[in-house]
Amino acid sequence: MHFDRRRYLDRVKEREARSPLLKNCFFAFTVGGGICALGQLLRALYLLTGLSDADAGTLVAVTLIFLSAVLTGIGVFDAIARVAGAGTLVPVTGFANAVVAPALDNKSEGLVMGVGAKIFTVAGPVLLYATLSGALYGVVFYLVQLFL
Amino acid sequence: MLGAPLDYLFAFLVGGLVCLFAQLLIDLTKLTPARILVIYVVLGVALGAVGLFEPLADFAGCGITVPLIGFGGNVARGVREAVSETGLLGALTGGLSAASGGTAAALCFGYLVALFCNARPKRP
Repeated sequence: MHFDRRRYLDRVKEREARSPLLKNCFFAFTVGGGICALGQLLRALYLLTGLSDADAGTLVAVTLIFLSAVLTGIGVFDAIARVAGAGTLVPVTGFANAVVAPALDNKSEGLVMGVGAKIFTVAGPVLLYATLSGALYGVVFYLVQLFL
Repeated sequence: MLGAPLDYLFAFLVGGLVCLFAQLLIDLTKLTPARILVIYVVLGVALGAVGLFEPLADFAGCGITVPLIGFGGNVARGVREAVSETGLLGALTGGLSAASGGTAAALCFGYLVALFCNARPKRP
């Protein structure tokens, strides 16, 4: 079988591009699902201590955020995230990592404009758009209640 | 004691699918991770606004509430409750109040980690 160089490189590229997608999706699904199942277990444990549904849910988020922050600090989170991709990004673990990592990386710029400002690199946009869309919903909900 | 096994299965499956879809967005589009987080949180608010978030969370538990969609769903619930209680002002106060636990946790733990750990060289 004879390939000229360009066709060979095209084919290599094609293969390269295709197989990681399946692998990425597999790890995103299993790791992401696993984190959610872990959350479910934590919630059941917190409910056993007599917390309300809402408080247990908040404490699950706080616990996962704490774990992600520590794992980010000791450099383990990155290693997991390289394999898991969206599996660690989309759960609240990814939000925590996106808060901690830029703060840590820019520590050398100081505690105010380094840690203080960069801690909001990703948290800022997330909080902004959550607040914005929430406020918009609130206004619509208020008007609907008023006139219906 | 610790809930039905099916609850864990649904949390795993739905949470997994939510992440899988984000992985497709990362691999097949040019969306950056930060954009995906923003899309998911706004999606959560939208699901909460049209009344789909609570039934989904009842079914999938942490499969929906642990992904960032849950953050958005919380914001929508907080806004709805605050508007019901205090009127239009609730549109401003409800969202951040409901999201305060996770936000404060991320900021406080983030600060402490930044203080006590050292950045390591990035691997590409």
